[in-house]
Amino acid sequence: MTVHGDGYMSFIEIKDLTHIYHAGQENAKEALSKVSINVEKGEFVAVLGENGCGKSTLAKHINALLLPTDGCCIVDGMDTNDVTKVWDIRQQVGMVFQNPDNQIIASVVEEDVAFGPENLGIPRDEIKKRVDEALKAVDMERYRAFAPHLLSGGQKQRVAIAGALAMHTKCLVLDEPTAMLDPKGRSEVMSAVKKLNKEQGITIIYITHFMEEAAEADRVIVMEKGKIFAEGKPQEIFARVDDLKRLRLDVPLASAIAWNLKKQGIYIPDGIVQEEELVEALCQLK
Amino acid sequence: MLTDITIGQYFPGQSFLHRMDPRMKIGLLFMWIVAIFVFDSQVSYGIFTASAILLALCSRVPILTLAKSIKPLWMILVFTLLIHMCGTPGEVWFHIFVFDFTREGFIQGFHICLRLALLIFLSSLLTFTTSPLELTDAMESLLSPFKCIGLPAHELAMMMSIALRFVPTLIEETDKIMKAQQSRGVNFESGNVLKRLSNLVPILVPLFISAFRRADELAMAMEARCYRGGEGRTRMKELKIRTLDYGACAGTVLLIAVLVVLKVEGI
Repeated sequence: MTVHGDGYMSFIEIKDLTHIYHAGQENAKEALSKVSINVEKGEFVAVLGENGCGKSTLAKHINALLLPTDGCCIVDGMDTNDVTKVWDIRQQVGMVFQNPDNQIIASVVEEDVAFGPENLGIPRDEIKKRVDEALKAVDMERYRAFAPHLLSGGQKQRVAIAGALAMHTKCLVLDEPTAMLDPKGRSEVMSAVKKLNKEQGITIIYITHFMEEAAEADRVIVMEKGKIFAEGKPQEIFARVDDLKRLRLDVPLASAIAWNLKKQGIYIPDGIVQEEELVEALCQLK
Repeated sequence: MLTDITIGQYFPGQSFLHRMDPRMKIGLLFMWIVAIFVFDSQVSYGIFTASAILLALCSRVPILTLAKSIKPLWMILVFTLLIHMCGTPGEVWFHIFVFDFTREGFIQGFHICLRLALLIFLSSLLTFTTSPLELTDAMESLLSPFKCIGLPAHELAMMMSIALRFVPTLIEETDKIMKAQQSRGVNFESGNVLKRLSNLVPILVPLFISAFRRADELAMAMEARCYRGGEGRTRMKELKIRTLDYGACAGTVLLIAVLVVLKVEGI
């Protein structure tokens, strides 16, 4: 993590964030304890961790859906504790949730995409323009007049992404967007997210269970029991196969093979995440 | 097996009735209903019946489908007719048990039945030519003047449209739950009424639980997209009264004017 002096702020700054559900009651449960993360503009960050490790709780803080019990979360210079800034923060940070059915509000795709801008009070012509752009960005223009229940899971998630884009968000927080999808839907969503990150410079915070998806990120954060366990480039993280196994997390297949080969005494360079890299390394063997 | 249920009875089409502004349709329907009650001469009933049939033809909704909308009412119609026939004094047509059936009673009963049938027929014409979504939008727009006395017009419309949006989703889910229960040996098709009703419990309980969970998540998704009630909200699609609607309005006014003249002239 970089430390900044002279007033420079990262796009998202989370400092000593603690969240306790039902604070002060008998069933109080600490979901996050003293988590600090900085995310720069245009970064693609993947968050990994077991069920119940606080990933979703963390995601909801970035959008001010949950407020910190202690510590703070600052998005683009705005503190989520500041009630007057809540709507500005939510406009900046779009959320995509796990269940595609439970986040589509309207009965027609284009009206659902328009829901966000309508809430922001944008004039009608501007909304139409934004809806067109957003649907195009996720390659869903053909389905604008469809009813959501006729779409596949991957298509529904792309509509949800378009709904956030139409609000002109600068950052997308995706909370296990592919957990309920088939492999085809997963790759659709992933390539849409990557495209937005590369082409429009949208900051991505991608919570997932799939290591292959995390391997595509610029940076991976591994969480354990409400704390940050490890943080670094995918190559660095996936080289720590022992640690990840202890956390009951998988590693990408390529990393796992490389690690096993290395254990057998075969020379394989460190930091293999993608299949192509593994193939390359194997071909270099003599 | 449940997935082919349609919501409401909307019959998609391109007729002028389909293209009219839903608010105008509702307004005009209201005028027609009042007119049917006010003008009760035989001539005006003739005019009403003729125009209702004309409208039905224009809508291009199959007449048989439309006629079915009156079907649930036929018992009431027959009953009304009989009550009037034996309850009105006059020239006796025939005599069963202690009841006298009169000619005057038949004429009066027939009028009442025709009136009821016309009301139902015209109202279903509205729902046949207007999608539930349009109806919701129209409701929000028509009720918005009552906001000042505390009527939550926007919230009601939002609730309706979300309910409509989730009908197919919940039907799909019901289907899934039923199959899951059937695969474990629950029999939904046979047994007496009580048995069948009690079999519904294992469907309804999981359905309700999941609906509540959905509602929770949906509320969160709406908040995440800056939803904060109807205030300061704009709409991408706005209802617009167009020439067509003014034309229909003029037609109705003309019709009523003719009826007024007829009534004044005493025909």
